Amino acid sequence: MDKTIAGKTIRVNEEGFMTDFSQWDKAVGESLAAEANITLTPRHWEVLGYLQSEYKNNVALSIRKVGKSGVVDIKEFYALFPTAPLKTAAKIAGIPKPASCI
Amino acid sequence: MEETKGRIRKMMIILSKATLENVYAAFVLANGARMEGIEAEMFFTFFGLEAIHKKKLEHLHVATVGNPAMHMPTMLGGLPGMEALATSMMKKEMEKIDMPDVHEFLEILKASGVKLWACKLAMDMFHYQREDLIDDLDGVLTVGDFYHQGSGEGTHMLFV
Repeated sequence: MDKTIAGKTIRVNEEGFMTDFSQWDKAVGESLAAEANITLTPRHWEVLGYLQSEYKNNVALSIRKVGKSGVVDIKEFYALFPTAPLKTAAKIAGIPKPASCI
Repeated sequence: MEETKGRIRKMMIILSKATLENVYAAFVLANGARMEGIEAEMFFTFFGLEAIHKKKLEHLHVATVGNPAMHMPTMLGGLPGMEALATSMMKKEMEKIDMPDVHEFLEILKASGVKLWACKLAMDMFHYQREDLIDDLDGVLTVGDFYHQGSGEGTHMLFV
């Protein structure tokens, strides 16, 4: 389905995850973050950039992997994206929902 | 139900066993709750205490006797070395799917905001002291204290 955000039309699935990463830009990220009640700081952007680069490299994301990334530890990850960090951060980053149990 | 519209707000998970498959089941459930934005607390009781015992947590085994899913005759499962073999095989498979070991999993749970409680009665029974258990433990509780921790709407309890 289509959704208008930051003056742009983007394609999202029924859970609100973007289905075409090429439509993502920083303004879209800011707006998606605002929907999740998160104000993005430079730390948030570093984490989002890491998630996007892992996605581009076809790496399956998990909490454990994020914790071992050297970019952010698990405690800070939960502090930056308090509710369901992996899902929330993926949604803001414009990448698919990680299908991970760990 | 009316107030939370069926939404799960908090999971209270009781672990009473020390076999690896049960410990992992409880850990995955607690971690999975946090990943979905659900609060989680764990209560370690009876043999479950071994999962947070400093000297024992790295030596937990898979059960090969009385476990039909092992698909081996019970007599065979009881042979010396069988548990160790099954355990090392399971650990190899777990590493392949990015599953942390018990020690690291506890660190992940703690960093994710899961509260970890030890059962006072079981500690007394096994003569464990607070210092025998991991430093990350949030405390030692009675069963009544644990129920109190779970008060509020949308709380679910699980016994492993």
